[in-house]
Amino acid sequence: MASFLKDKRVRDTGYQVAFVGAIVAVVIAFVVVGKANLDAQGMTSGFGFLERSTGWRISFSLIEYSTSSPYWKAILVGILNSLFLGALALPVATVVGIAVGVMRTSGNGMAELMGTCFVEVFRNVPLILQLLFWYTVLLGLPAPRDTAPVLGVFAFTGRGIYLPGLNVTGGSVVLAVCGLAAALAALLWLRNGRWSRVPAAQARKERLLLWAVAGVAAVLCLWLGRIPDTPLANIPEQRGLNYKEGIRVSPELMACVIAIAIYGAAYIAEIVRAGFNAVPRGQTEAGHALGLTSWQIFSRIRMPLALRIVMPTLINQYVWLFKATTIGIAISFTDFFMVISTAINQSGQTLELIAILMGGFLAINYTISFVLNRVNDAIKLKGTQLRI
Amino acid sequence: MTHVIPASVPQPSFAEAIKGRYFSTRRDTIVSLVFAAIAIWLGWSLVNWALVNATFGAGQGDVCRENMHGGACWSVVSARWRIVLFGLYPFEEQWRSGLACAIMVIVAILSCVPWFWSPRRLPVLWVAGFAAFYILMRGGLFGLPEVTEQNWGGLALTVFIFAAVVLLGMPLAIVFALLRRSELPWIANTMALVIDTIRSLPLLSIMFTFAIVLPFVLPGWAIGDKLYRVIAGYALFFACYQAEIIRGGMQALPNGQEEAAKALGMTYWQRIGYIILPQAFRNALPPTINQIVITFKETSLVTIIGFFDVMASGRAASGTAEWNFATIEMYVFVGLIFFVFVFSLSRYGAYLERRLRVGTR
Repeated sequence: MASFLKDKRVRDTGYQVAFVGAIVAVVIAFVVVGKANLDAQGMTSGFGFLERSTGWRISFSLIEYSTSSPYWKAILVGILNSLFLGALALPVATVVGIAVGVMRTSGNGMAELMGTCFVEVFRNVPLILQLLFWYTVLLGLPAPRDTAPVLGVFAFTGRGIYLPGLNVTGGSVVLAVCGLAAALAALLWLRNGRWSRVPAAQARKERLLLWAVAGVAAVLCLWLGRIPDTPLANIPEQRGLNYKEGIRVSPELMACVIAIAIYGAAYIAEIVRAGFNAVPRGQTEAGHALGLTSWQIFSRIRMPLALRIVMPTLINQYVWLFKATTIGIAISFTDFFMVISTAINQSGQTLELIAILMGGFLAINYTISFVLNRVNDAIKLKGTQLRI
Repeated sequence: MTHVIPASVPQPSFAEAIKGRYFSTRRDTIVSLVFAAIAIWLGWSLVNWALVNATFGAGQGDVCRENMHGGACWSVVSARWRIVLFGLYPFEEQWRSGLACAIMVIVAILSCVPWFWSPRRLPVLWVAGFAAFYILMRGGLFGLPEVTEQNWGGLALTVFIFAAVVLLGMPLAIVFALLRRSELPWIANTMALVIDTIRSLPLLSIMFTFAIVLPFVLPGWAIGDKLYRVIAGYALFFACYQAEIIRGGMQALPNGQEEAAKALGMTYWQRIGYIILPQAFRNALPPTINQIVITFKETSLVTIIGFFDVMASGRAASGTAEWNFATIEMYVFVGLIFFVFVFSLSRYGAYLERRLRVGTR
């Protein structure tokens, strides 16, 4: 027996079986105890409850939803709201973050000071506190009847922000956005394929053509999706105590977008700054020697190089920021997490709903990092393009 | 003997330095002036709001309400700061809560002193500090009246959760990192799966699961207090992130280190304890401090699960009918508390990073 245990391979197998076995045993114990506890409460487990109607309202929804809608639809509303919030906040965070990162590496003392203040203030205070702060500020805006539209079309009130919109159906908007996204994907694909082989002038012509086709298609989608008997433009107007028409952005959504965008921007600014600092000085000096203007050096040399350097870090940051959208629950923004937690309270199907929550986040985060990693593979520097 | 002529770089005068930094080109000048105007406007509004037009003093609630001077109402802070710092802790015992927080701050400052950076001193320092904190807060010993965890709150609760998470999570992270880079494929792959799964979930959902869901799947004797379940969940989350940081530190070590240790006949634990981990931690120090900073900030998420931490008590302090107009001031106050801790820690991290970089050159 003792000599048997001295065999390293036997011991190694034993360790592995014990480790994996222990984890599996813990999971099985959870399931068994959970089932026993649920049976004791007379609950039926399984996913049958998804077909039941919810009976509660959701204040903000991109698709049609009512109190008689089934649970799966409520969860879908939550997922779409989370994705929508992410789709609004992450691009804003990126743009602001790049701007601040550029300010901090610009060499201009005043711009660097402002950028540093921005980063230090917004990075060193918890996100949830910033969210509550912005929410309080937005709720503190004057009541609708005390406001006048800015530039005639925007209204900032304590009940939400009103923007001009188009009287078109939601489906056609989705279609138009998908068309533009497809054009962007085609652009990335062609850039590394065909356009790197054909002459530059022809590539430029084809690029213009691609954008023109995508643009026309998008406009056509919107035009065909018009809601009949209404004017195309939908401008908020003050009527009585409130605003009618236009697109109302609720204070909850707006606060979430502002908080996540600014907090994310502070982090992205630091990443971008590190990227600019990692671009070798020789690149800039070579640009000067070739007689490029400082704008050309920035837009053609430093910026593209820096963005390629920071892309992997940025991908992690996006996944992290998307996970941060769950704090919307603090101000009752009905995102994925909030819907799941309400559903748990209402239906009691705790284990199933938690499984859906975790599965949903795993799927979304893996998709984000998968797509962005493909983008990174497409644009990253190959071989020895960046010689230091 | 040859004379070495020192290369003389002309030092720019003060005026030249200013010109180079702010007014080197025409565009630079415009940018400087525009940003200066924005900065002055922002700074002036802030000073006006926070100082010039502000109301101070605890008894000024009515002055604030009638508004007044148009500025901030710091009276709410003067009147309600005890709630923010101590929560529902009994009034006569609040000195204990304050002292306990001070002890943890001292522990944090002491752990920045290089003398403490040894595998023995640092854990001893933290365990001793934490034990002192817990005994002071909980009482029941040395003639201190007992105050149970349900009555803890405010800054003390935030500090408690943070310290407990780091103290539990750090050893766990080392174990995870070692398992993750085990030579046995099943152990390494299972650990990688666990770590990656937990890392791709939001912290809030982990806390929520541990607080609300875990009681369903645990036998009655193992449920424990909600506070400790949340700490366990947060520690697990922290450990998964920190394990990846430590693993990164280990990967940066040259293979020769471990091979040389093997050649000297060191056992696995000797190699890990004397060769691998000390160097891995040195490599991983800047991201570790960053992770600790993030952990402290995200402690505030427990307010969503229903704990009365410094965030929640700040909301409660301005949540009464008497002070409900002063929410912004309260948020600014709580924000400043966080800012002081987080800013000093992250500055220290940046300093350390520069120092370590100099050391390895």
